[in-house]
Amino acid sequence: MHSHFLLLIVFAFFVSTVFATLMRDDIAQQIRFGAVLFGGFVVGAVVFGWLMFPIPL
Amino acid sequence: MVRETTIDRTQGLHPILIALAAWIVPGAGHLWGGQRGKGLVFLVVLPLMFAVGLALEGRLFPFELSQPLVALAAIADVGIGAPYLAGKALSLGGGTVTAVTYEYGNTFLIVAGLLNLLVVCDAWDLVTGRK
Repeated sequence: MHSHFLLLIVFAFFVSTVFATLMRDDIAQQIRFGAVLFGGFVVGAVVFGWLMFPIPL
Repeated sequence: MVRETTIDRTQGLHPILIALAAWIVPGAGHLWGGQRGKGLVFLVVLPLMFAVGLALEGRLFPFELSQPLVALAAIADVGIGAPYLAGKALSLGGGTVTAVTYEYGNTFLIVAGLLNLLVVCDAWDLVTGRK
């Protein structure tokens, strides 16, 4: 498991599952909130990655 | 039939006892309080996240007070409870600094512990009727 993106997805899955379970009581709401969190993690990381692209190493 | 509430189920038990159980076994506080679905999710997801951290060659940090950041990471690691103790007992979590996934492993281990501490706080709120 050396893919950075795959690890990001696994991490986002775990964290969004726990937060959604903690913060919502109804299963439908948990799934919806978890999906929004998961999407936010993944899309946010990709956007930040592109924003950092012009910055030299 | 009147549905038993969390307060009814845990009546007579000190909240500290339930918080302790919730810390040692992730999800145990919610299972004890009757929230079976939530408890099972925590029981599966948090130890799994911890195990992924170990598989990624992360380190279970020692309590070195001379290095404050290491000590803070150790506190976060301990937050997962029994999996941390089992990992230490089995000499896992030595951490391979040269591994590509070392920092990812540390992140998984630390965040799993911190998430379990949040779950413990939630269990506390449940049994004390604050939630």
